[in-house]
Formats: sequence, structure tokens, C-alpha cells
Amino acid sequence: MREYIRMVAVLTAIAAVCGLLLAAVKKGTEKRIEEQILVNVQGPALNNVLASSTNDIIQDREEITVDQEIKIVFLGKKNGQIWAIAFEMTAMGYKGKIGVMVGFDLEKDRLTGIGILTHQETPGLGARVSEPIFTNNFKDRVISEIFKVKKDNGTIDAVSGATISSRAVCSAVEQSIVLYSAIKDQVVKKK
Amino acid sequence: MKKTIAHEFLKGFWEILPPFRLVLGLCPVLAVTTAVENGIGMGLSTTFVLFFSNVIISSIKKIIPKKVRIASYIIIIATFVVIVELVMKAYFFSISKQLGLFINLIVVNCIILGRAEAFASKNPIYLSAADGLGIGLGFTLSLILISTIREILGKGTFLGMQVMWNSYEPFAFMVSAPGAFVCLGLILALINLFPKK
Repeated sequence: MREYIRMVAVLTAIAAVCGLLLAAVKKGTEKRIEEQILVNVQGPALNNVLASSTNDIIQDREEITVDQEIKIVFLGKKNGQIWAIAFEMTAMGYKGKIGVMVGFDLEKDRLTGIGILTHQETPGLGARVSEPIFTNNFKDRVISEIFKVKKDNGTIDAVSGATISSRAVCSAVEQSIVLYSAIKDQVVKKK
Repeated sequence: MKKTIAHEFLKGFWEILPPFRLVLGLCPVLAVTTAVENGIGMGLSTTFVLFFSNVIISSIKKIIPKKVRIASYIIIIATFVVIVELVMKAYFFSISKQLGLFINLIVVNCIILGRAEAFASKNPIYLSAADGLGIGLGFTLSLILISTIREILGKGTFLGMQVMWNSYEPFAFMVSAPGAFVCLGLILALINLFPKK
């Protein structure tokens, strides 16, 4: 009996100390990791979809509340004026969530372009949705268009052999258009 | 034979050099050695984990009950692995992206659990520290050796810089998985031509 109590006590103590240590390290690195992800994952996609902006897009981000959910919106500015916004939208792909950064031109109500942030699609097939040849499909399109792959009577050229992944990107874009329409007025007011 | 710090430290570089003498921990050896940068990152992460897990396990070896020792070791090792992962993400983001899941897999690297069980749980702290550091650095050097061969032959570069002549056609086989096995096997055979001591 005493042996059992000792085993439980020692393991609990070790786990508790380790847990405490990890919580401390996590707390200490959290902020920097967030920044690193913004710069290294979001950054390149943002610079691409909001290409003609003159500001530091990552610094100019705002939290906007829609339906009690907080959404981070990146603002692209030209000469101090907000001309476009971008935010991330996810949709279920073939193997996991695909994160898509979608940019919108506020004046023309057009997509400025999209960039794939994260995905776990099959290399060589679904993974090719992150290549420009596919993402350019969405460049400079009016938001009232219907974004569907050709198989679903849409206008988007799917990556061959990767209809599911292509559909997921389309659905992320369509969702983001709905969100854009909902938050546009909030953003314009803040200008 | 009397155990000295110098001996415990140096044995990791030749006598039981991992992974060639101790054929353990092959998963990272095969998986991440496509570029020298990854090899260095993986080697140093493993060294860090090995050193601290050896020191901690050696210092609390008397209070860990025999029956739950493996569970205790794994908790301690996993803690240090997560610390490496977080710090790497915060300060060396590009390498952490390259290594990805393989950092987490250090937890199940047999070298670390092997040293904890075979050495740290039976020896005093200062010897365990020397053992962890020696084995870890030996492992790092081995990874650098394999990744240098694979990167130069497979991509024509060293640490990303062009080292082969311009018309060199990269031997892509070397950076694929079968190339890793062939490279490991050849070095293993070569090293076994020489005696251990």
C-alpha cells in the first residue's frame, strides 16, 4: 500500500512541476510566437494580396466583432487612406482545414486576390491550390460573381485531380464575401 | 575501469558515437538530414533535451519508484522537448517550420530514453551531465556529416550556398528517403572498419 501511495505522489509531483514549468515557458514565448507567425505566415500572403499598399499591414490590424466573434482584419492603406482589407477564412479541405487570406478592394468591391496560408492537402495534388496558377483565378474579380469550380457550373478552373481542395478554397472565398459585406460598413466608418 | 568526466564526455564522439555505434534514434537521422541547417537544428535540440533530462533524472533518481520510472522519464523528456519547440518557434521560426513534427518526435528518440535508463539512473549528476553533452554533440556531428553529404550531392549546396560547379546536375536521389538509407549504411559500414578503441 505504501508503495502505491509513493508512486502516485512522486508521479503527481513530477507532473505538477513539469506542468508549471511549461506554463511559464508558454507564457513567456506566446507573444513572440504570435508575432513570428504573423510575419512569416500571414506576412507574405498579405504583401501579395494587398500589394500596392504603402503601410505596414501587419501593424495596422484591427479586431472587429461580428456575431460575437472577434475577427482580425488587416488594413491596406495608400497615402494614409484605407483602400483595401484582408482577413483569413478557413474551409474544410481534403485532409484538414485550409486557411485562405482574402483581400478586398473597398472602393470597387472587388477581390484583390487570395493567398493560401495553411493546408494539409496531398503534396503534388491538393497542395497545388497554393500555387499562383490557381490563386490567380480569384484576382480582381467582382464580389457579386459566383465562385465555384467549373464542375459545379462555376467559373473557377480547379486544380486537376484536386476538386475537393479547389472547392474548399472556393467555399472559403464565398464565406469571406458574406463576412466582407457584413463588416464593410464598420471598416468604412473607422476611416 | 574508473569513470572520469573526460571519458564519459568523449565516448560519445567515437566509442559509442550515435547513431553509428549505438544504432538508435534513426528516425531523425533519416528524416531531417536533407539540409545541413536542419541537421544542426535537430542535433542541438536533441543535445539540449539529452543534457537536461540526464541531469534532472540523475538528480532525482533516488526518489523515483522503480515501477513508474519510465513514465517519469517520459514526462521529464517531454517537458524539455516542448520547451525546445516553443523557444525554437519564437526565435528560429524558419528552422522550426522546416523541422516541424520532428521536433516533437524527439520525445520518442530512443537515444534519450536509452541514456536515461542505461546511464543517468545509475550514475552521479556530473557524470550524467558529461554523458548527455558528449552523446548529444556526437549525435549533432553525425547529423552534420550525413546532411553535408546529402546536401552537397543532392542539391549541390552547403548551408544553402552553391559549392558545386555550375553545370553540376543535382543527384536528387540523395535527398530522397532511399538516399538517406544508402548514405547511413555506407557510413555505418565505413566506421565499423575501425576498431572501437
